[in-house]
Amino acid sequence: MLHLVSYVYIVSSALFILSLKWMNSPVTARRSVLAGEVGMLMAIAGVLLSFHVFNWEWILAAFFIGTAVGIPIAYIMPMTAVPQRTAMSHACGALAAALVGTAEFYRANQIHETLSTFVMVPLMLETLLGFLTFTGSLMAMGKLQEVLPQRPITYRGQNLTNFALFGIAAALGVWLIVDPAQTWIFPIFAGLALVFGVLLIIPIGGADMPTVIALLNSYAGLSACAMGFVLGNKMLVIAGALDGSSGLILSIIMCKAMNRSFTNVLFGAFGQLQVAHGHAEKRPVRSATPEEAASILDAASSVIIVPGYGLAVAQAQHKIRELFDALMKRGVDVKFGIHPVAGRMPGHMNVLLAEADIPYDRLYAMEDINSEFPQCDVALVVGANDVTNPAARTDKSSPIYGMPILDVDKAHTVMVIKRSMNPGFAGIDNELYYMDKTLMLFGDAKTFVSEILKELPARAAA
Amino acid sequence: MSDLEITLFVFMLATFLGLEVIRRVSPLLHTPLMSLTNAISAISVVGAIMITGAYGATMLSKVLGFIAITAAVTNIVSGYLITDRMLKMFKKPGGKK
Repeated sequence: MLHLVSYVYIVSSALFILSLKWMNSPVTARRSVLAGEVGMLMAIAGVLLSFHVFNWEWILAAFFIGTAVGIPIAYIMPMTAVPQRTAMSHACGALAAALVGTAEFYRANQIHETLSTFVMVPLMLETLLGFLTFTGSLMAMGKLQEVLPQRPITYRGQNLTNFALFGIAAALGVWLIVDPAQTWIFPIFAGLALVFGVLLIIPIGGADMPTVIALLNSYAGLSACAMGFVLGNKMLVIAGALDGSSGLILSIIMCKAMNRSFTNVLFGAFGQLQVAHGHAEKRPVRSATPEEAASILDAASSVIIVPGYGLAVAQAQHKIRELFDALMKRGVDVKFGIHPVAGRMPGHMNVLLAEADIPYDRLYAMEDINSEFPQCDVALVVGANDVTNPAARTDKSSPIYGMPILDVDKAHTVMVIKRSMNPGFAGIDNELYYMDKTLMLFGDAKTFVSEILKELPARAAA
Repeated sequence: MSDLEITLFVFMLATFLGLEVIRRVSPLLHTPLMSLTNAISAISVVGAIMITGAYGATMLSKVLGFIAITAAVTNIVSGYLITDRMLKMFKKPGGKK
């Protein structure tokens, strides 16, 4: 029986790998989910058959509750809340790993089983990563849900405090590895990891969430992977490593898209007061009415729409789709240019636009669309700011200097839908708004687009 | 080779494989990718079952294991379902639904 289970685990692992492989294209992606589900069911059936299972009532009750909670989360959650849900599931995954590690530690100590260094090292990593990711993800979730302030929370000596705390936790971990019988250390160690998770995330601002979510994803995966080492289960190691590397790649992509390093994201507290004083003088901008905007769009032959987090906040994706349809019907070539860090998690904008039924071959990544801006008649920016700021290319003193941006300023005409002239989250003034070819469309994205739409059919009839 | 060495080999290979496979994922699908890997990493449910269902499991093991299974199953169920829900939204090019 035990042998059979090993084979089941091998097949499950293969299915997990295939599942990720099929995510390379939207055409095969639906298959991914199926492969993942079959792999998971096989793994669960495998473990339940692999040994004489006691306490069925506990296990079944947990399965029941987990399913009862999971189904509504998946179906009720609006797509704009996906970043929060993702943060929450990082928290759940990390908690599961941390608790299994904790239970294993006490179980072995209870029966005076010697925990070898080879078990203790991964066990400490599992619980450390698990607990800190648990609270860290809850903090990220709070920020995304706007229960907690999105601005970085900072204080003097913050990094020093964090390093010191982490140092103590690491030292206690090493002590436990050397002498696992000192069970009194464990709760202190776990508590420090929980506190460290909170302190690590509170100084990070909302705009950096894509990187942080990806990083927490990686930690949760590595925690599961460490559990595989503790329990000697290679399937856990594989699945955890896949998740860990996925999170790592995504966070590297996010960092590159902001031209920043990991350390800078984690300890830099971006968007601090350094620029808030900035240019205080009021410079003139040109604004336009929905009617003028409609006539410009109507006359254009190509339009690139650049969405950002503001689109998600205003829930404007369906109105944008209507605009997309109306313009496409008029023979205008409409494309979407999406910056890797637009929104609050990797791929956030793509999901929102796909939800509004915009075909995915119209969604272009930054490097594929940038060469098209110079030939484009109108660039319409909806709720994006820093990712369109030409200062990133030219102004060495700008905090975002060197960040790859969408070359919106190269389009013949630029229109920006924005609530007011308040600078964006990072507090950086956007040169784009003061250019001669830029028209500011002041208002809520959803309302403004509806007004443009109202103007469009009238013109077609005339 | 000891079991630990074999496991380390498996870890090393799985990490490199993961990096190569994920690198090829279209940026279009980064959000569903994250919810999918989340569901997959809830494989920790296997460890939680081993802890909870062990012979002579203490009350502590049972309670911690119970919470762990609940959290992992929540991730599995909501992770796969929401990934599928998102992927359904990616309409084929050209084809007007």
